[in-house]
Amino acid sequence: MSRVAIIGVGQSEFVRAYPGSVRELAFEGFRDAMRDARLTVKDVQASVICSAPEYDKQRSPAGVFAEYLGLNPQPTFYVESLCSSSSMGLRLAYSLVKSGLHEVVAVIGFQKMSEISSAESQERMGRGADIQWESPFGTMMPAYYAMYARAHMAAYGTTLEDLALIRVKAATYGQLNDKAVYRKPVTLENLTHPEDRMAGPVASPLRVGDCCANADGSSCVIVASEEKAKAFCRKPVWVLGLGAATTSVNLAGRDLFTGLSVAREASRQAYKMAGIGPKDVDVAEVHDCFTIAEMMAYEDLGFAGPGEGRDLIRGKATYKEGSIPVNVDGGLLSKGHPIGATGGSQIRTVVLQLRGEAGAIQVKDPEIGLVHNIGGVGLYGNVSIFGR
Amino acid sequence: MAEKAKIDERFKKFGTVSFTSLTKTNDFVDFLEKGQIAGTRCKDCGRVFFPPRADCFQCLASNTEWFEVTGSGRLVSFSKLEYGPAGFQNDVPYCIALLDYGTFKIFGRISRDVPEADIAVGMPMKAIANTLPNGQLNYVFVKE
Repeated sequence: MSRVAIIGVGQSEFVRAYPGSVRELAFEGFRDAMRDARLTVKDVQASVICSAPEYDKQRSPAGVFAEYLGLNPQPTFYVESLCSSSSMGLRLAYSLVKSGLHEVVAVIGFQKMSEISSAESQERMGRGADIQWESPFGTMMPAYYAMYARAHMAAYGTTLEDLALIRVKAATYGQLNDKAVYRKPVTLENLTHPEDRMAGPVASPLRVGDCCANADGSSCVIVASEEKAKAFCRKPVWVLGLGAATTSVNLAGRDLFTGLSVAREASRQAYKMAGIGPKDVDVAEVHDCFTIAEMMAYEDLGFAGPGEGRDLIRGKATYKEGSIPVNVDGGLLSKGHPIGATGGSQIRTVVLQLRGEAGAIQVKDPEIGLVHNIGGVGLYGNVSIFGR
Repeated sequence: MAEKAKIDERFKKFGTVSFTSLTKTNDFVDFLEKGQIAGTRCKDCGRVFFPPRADCFQCLASNTEWFEVTGSGRLVSFSKLEYGPAGFQNDVPYCIALLDYGTFKIFGRISRDVPEADIAVGMPMKAIANTLPNGQLNYVFVKE
């Protein structure tokens, strides 16, 4: 069986308010990846455009972007699974390449969230939940994840300080990432001192510091057949395993509240396809839209047993020098979370790590990397495993 | 000339802001008006749905009947919102929550009458119909 490779990765800087249009924003990530892969637009046989709708005015962005990026007359596809859109885009690109339909496919994720106010964006994000039966109660993403945090604390004795430690780790590495929207340090005291902005309540028990920041950004991953990868690329990174899962949108339809069932199912699939287990992973990017999300990811991915995620962060096992480095690029918490671009940015970090090109955040000689990317409040789960 | 069919928009009355106007489960609003909370049951296979749905994916049929939610559930989790999304700013702070009734769960809000200090995961609570200050209808959870 022939393999599928990532031959180029790129992303824009993640910023609070991008001073340009969405097609120009998409160009930034695309240009970065195309330069990385040393390709010209003629080499790209199809594009996959990934974002969550309703944050900007452009309808059907795929066709508009394909023209702006010079990818006419090649076909383009629009993929949406909320915050995991570009990981789902990778899954589509993998299928296109594996089927032999296309040999080189560009997966472009983007989101420009700054065109609408924060309250409006919260309302739109809330509508990523069940608009018929949940949204009329006034739901927001932080409150849903807060319910998971509360359940995790009640079941296992996880503390607010444990969650704060995850924010401190994210900021440790966010300071080193010149693409991150938040590059300041964060201390434990920032989240525990009642007068500190970071400690301010958002949706109990989560505080300002437990939440990632909205950002504008784009990312791009170039996917290629084994033959093209060997022709174009010095250091191809191979897609070893892909997993994807869904569950009930309404929390009433779920049974698990101390973890995300989609992450458990997607990781089971991905580990099986790759023929590896959690202990084989050398570096991971997980979907830390909130601190509790990273804590649950440790457990859902099998890096720790249920309720034991806190031991990893307390012992700094998920720092760069630890046994399983997680989000050493600052994660969503510090890098920022431009919905549709996030998965591609996570993949970029892992690919750079596996190529030994991650600079100041380089983990020592990793062979296997994992990306955990969640859409909505655990509505969609994607886990992707990569190897050198 | 035939009279134009009247559009059944009863569901617009559900919640502080309703994002749905047309649904085959419109009767849910009538139950709320009578002070009842209702789910549906598939008459073919017996599967119980809350939130209610008109269609059973197991039987691929639309042969459901309403049942009234009675008794109490246990509080699975909750969160107090300090900020609300657009349209809900006048409601904050409020607590969203999930109750486990055993054969189904209910997502909703905890009543303002329950002091925050009294709320704990695992406590028994029950859902009751509620009229909001703006005249809209929803349901809230109170102590059993």
